[in-house]
Formats: sequence, structure tokens, C-alpha cells
Amino acid sequence: MIFEVFRQERKGQAFAHAGSIAAPDAEFAEAWAREQYGRRGESEALWLVPRGAIHAVTDWADEFDLKYRRVDGYSIKARLKEARERAGTTPA
Amino acid sequence: MDARTEEFLAYLHEGGAVEVNDWMPDEYRKRAIKFIEMHGNSELMGVLPEREWILRAPTLQRKLALTAKVQDEVGHAQLIYRVVEDLGKPREDCLRDLVSGKAKFHNVFHYPTKTWGDVGVIAWLVDAAAIISQKALLKCSYAPYARIMKKICWEESFHILHGRDVILALVTGTDEQRGLVQEALDRWWGPLMQFHGTQIPADEDPMVHWRIKSQGNEEARQQFLEGYVPQIWELGLTVPDPKLRRRDDGVWEYTEPDWDELKSVVTGHGPRSAERLDFRRRFLEQEKWVRDAVLAA
Amino acid sequence: MSERARLLLELADDELIVGWRESEWTGIAPTLEEDVAFSSIAQNEIGHARAAYELAARDLGTDADALAFDRPPEEYRCAPLVELRLLEWAPAIARRYLYEAADAVRIEALMASDDPEVAGLAAKIEREEAYHRMHAELWHERLRNEPRYRDALERLWPYALGVLPEPLRPRLSERVPDLVSDKLSQAIERGEHTSELAELWEEMTSVRRSAPGAEW
Repeated sequence: MIFEVFRQERKGQAFAHAGSIAAPDAEFAEAWAREQYGRRGESEALWLVPRGAIHAVTDWADEFDLKYRRVDGYSIKARLKEARERAGTTPA
Repeated sequence: MDARTEEFLAYLHEGGAVEVNDWMPDEYRKRAIKFIEMHGNSELMGVLPEREWILRAPTLQRKLALTAKVQDEVGHAQLIYRVVEDLGKPREDCLRDLVSGKAKFHNVFHYPTKTWGDVGVIAWLVDAAAIISQKALLKCSYAPYARIMKKICWEESFHILHGRDVILALVTGTDEQRGLVQEALDRWWGPLMQFHGTQIPADEDPMVHWRIKSQGNEEARQQFLEGYVPQIWELGLTVPDPKLRRRDDGVWEYTEPDWDELKSVVTGHGPRSAERLDFRRRFLEQEKWVRDAVLAA
Repeated sequence: MSERARLLLELADDELIVGWRESEWTGIAPTLEEDVAFSSIAQNEIGHARAAYELAARDLGTDADALAFDRPPEEYRCAPLVELRLLEWAPAIARRYLYEAADAVRIEALMASDDPEVAGLAAKIEREEAYHRMHAELWHERLRNEPRYRDALERLWPYALGVLPEPLRPRLSERVPDLVSDKLSQAIERGEHTSELAELWEEMTSVRRSAPGAEW
């Protein structure tokens, strides 16, 4: 079985994918992951997840240009400039 | 070349990353497997010359440090073979090809270690040469490999410190201890100069073309010389190459390495190649029952 | 030599030599993952040895490395169990398992010592030993029905008894309840070394002896 290893470096941080371990079961996976990802005390915590339990999502549709949902969909600069000019508050 | 492969190559040349389930041309997959597998083999075979010195370490501190260093290398082999397995070649097949002599490992691990001086020179200079290549591999287009290189490079930084410490203790010790370092350096210089491979231009190197390597061989070798020859000289040690010098334009000149020796060694004819592969094979076979009975998932 | 120094040297020599034997698996364990795990166990043991040597060294007016490497083989106080070269997996695991059990009994006794330094050292060792025991149990469960493993346990049982002084031996039997038939077999006592120690010592001290008194 392949176990994916997610590792938290310090308390408060997100768990990040750190690699994988091939092991016959969760007990061996734990024993070996402790060594591979913790022998220098470099990990606060590990999550071991059987690869089969991971449901990957990799395809997306954005056919109708829904830019308003993203930061780059707004052109604030030009309108702000015009508003300041109208109010006479353009910075020097 | 078909259109899809051309597109893929263009994507690589723009700096694109490849993940395990992405479509990739057979050529790319084959080359990635071969390159990464050789790295795994090298980490594993590199353990054997150093193992003897764990057993002979002259202080408790050195014993612990050397054990930890070698342990890291086995750990690297595990990470690397896992990547190769996900690309399509199971670890059992890699090990079978290694011990049968079909697959290669780096030249330096085919040579004997004779004294504690070798322990220092290997950890200081051989590891340094390897780290230069490994840092360049952080930019490998095959992302799972690039990611494990981060952990590998982090751990290698401890090895260089350890090597430097061992060397400094010897060069500040007795005359005999100093002699151990110089003698080891004299023996290891040739293989070190061959380590990064022939002077094939980067734009003619297929591994660079497929963005598996991001650095040409000569660039790596020059980096090594620039970083480490001054360190060697400042300790009052000599390099056994009368032609070695740094030009005004910063390029290091040196005696042409023995490329025949390199070829012969990596095809399994090095002084310790057969013996080490036999040793590895003996234990693989002896403990096959453990893998079959206990560790089969 | 004080009782305390004697006890500390027994512990230290056992841990040093068993750590040395376990280092022989470097690069050749059945899997890479096990290679890494075994190596951590060996490092922990050498670390325990160092801590025990350091305590003893103060009593004896020397230093830890001198105690570890500069005594002749006959002065080591290790038990025969740790001296055996066991380069097959079943016996190697059998020794792991039995040594951990015996060590657990010993450490438990040392933790109850009136001497705070000895008790403190034992408590520190105990915290690392939890992981060693986890590993040994894991393998013991997987191999318990393997004939070569059962044979190895039987063969090594008298050696395991010899790790402990006689009053503590019943506690060892309690920890290994089901697998070993002849619980009261003749212990192979600490005090006389196997023929294997001399060869081990030769190799272990070869570099150090090449420049006596030098710094490394």
C-alpha cells in the first residue's frame, strides 16, 4: 500500500505533502514515517493517508469568463483616478 | 516528433512542471526513470564504502555523526525509488537491475576507502560535488523529483559540516593524521574530476534538453572547483594536478580527466564494483523471505 | 570500582556493543525503510552508552571515549548476548526483541535507584525505549509463527537471561510469556566473553589505536 505523508513543520502551520511510503499496513507506515520525516525532530505532526483515500480534482471549466470572482477582474485604478479628479483630491 | 510531444517540449522550455499523472512522451518518462534511478542506486551503493567506518569510528561523537549521515543516504534512496516507482518502474526491478550490473551508479562509489582520511574527504568533497548537481536538480521539470530534492539538499548540508569538521580535526592533529588527508585527497582527485561527467555542451545534453537536468556538466565542475579548491589550498593541502589554475576570466583549467576510466568504472569495472554488488545481492537474496512473507501488502 | 561505576559500565558496554552489532545492518536490511529504522535504534543505543560512560567517567577520573574504546577486550562488562554477530534477519530481530525486554527490566530497576543521577539517566533512556519496543513488538507479531524466528528466540533465551542479575530474571520471563518453552534454562552469564568480542574490538578500535591520544 502507498501512504501519502503530510507534514506539519510547526504548530499553527498547514500540513503540506512531503512524500510517500510503501508499507504493508498503517503500523509499519507509522514506524517508518516517524523515521523518514521526524528523526531530526523536524516535524510537529504527520498525517498518513492511504493513496486510495485521496480524491484528486484536477480539471476545471471557466467557459464564460467569470472574472468578477477574481482580483484581476476589477480595474480600480482608472475609476479611482477619475473620482479623485472630480472631488479635487488628487494627491500631489 | 509528433505535435503533442513538440507542445510538451515547448512547455518544458518555458519552465513547465510535470506531475505524476500528467501525459508525458515515452522518451521523457524513460529518461526521467533512467536518471532518477541512477541517483537512487548511487545513494544506496554509497552506503557500503562508508559503512565500514561507522564500525571503526574513533570517538562516540564521530560514530553518531557518521551513522546519521549514512542513514540519510539510505533515506534518500527510499525517497528516490518511490519517485521512480510512481513513474512506472517498481523498486524490486530497480534493485534487480542494480545487482545484475545492468543499471549504473556514480563512479565515486566504485572505489575503495582505505583510511579515516577517506571518511573526511568523502563527506567534504564528494558530497560537495554531489550537492552542486543536486541543487541544480531543484529545478528539474519532473516535480515529484524536484520536491524530494529539497529534503535531500537540506540533509546534505549536515554532511558537509560533518566532513569539514573531520578534516579540520585531522589537519590540526598529528603529522600522521595530516598525512591521512593528503593521501586520501591524492587518491580521490581523479574520480572527483570525472564525477560531473564529460564536457558535453549543455545544449547537446539530452537530459538538459528534456529539462531533467538544468545545468551542464562543465558548469557543475567549474562550480565545484571555484568553491572547493580555495578551501583545499587554505588548509595547506595540495591538489595532485600541476595544470590546475584559475584564469583571470574566472575559468578553472585542469588536466583532462581520464574519460576511459570513467566509462570503465560506471560500466561495473571499478576496483570495488563487483565486490559491493555481490555484497548487496547476497543480502537481497538472503532476506527475500522477509519481503515476501512479512512485508507484502 | 564502585558499585555504581560497575553498573553504569555494564549498561554502557551493552548499549555500545549491541549498537555496534546493529550498525552492521547498515545498507543491507531487508528494506530501505527498515535500514533507516534500525539505524535510529543503533544511534539511540550509542547515545545511551555515551551518557552512561560520561557518568562513569566522572567516578573513574577519565572520559567517555577512553572508557568506550581504550580498555582491552577483557575489561568490557557487556553480556554475551550483545556480542553475537547475527547477520540474518530472524535472529537479529529475536535479539532485538529479547534485548529490549531485558533492558526494560533493567531500566525499571535503575529508575528506582536511590542515586538521582542514575535514576535520571534511566528515565531519559526509558522515554526513547518506548519507540524501540514499538518497533520490536511490530516485528515480533509479524514473525511469531516463522519457525526460524521461534528457533532463534529459543536459542537466544539463555543469553537474554544473562543480561540481568538473577533476582531480576523472573521479571524477564513475565515479559516474554508465550513463546519460550524452558523458562528456567541455564543463563549464559555476564563475566565471560564470547570468542566474538575480540574480533569486534579489533575492528572497533582500529582507527583509534592508530594514533593513541590524538583528537579526531
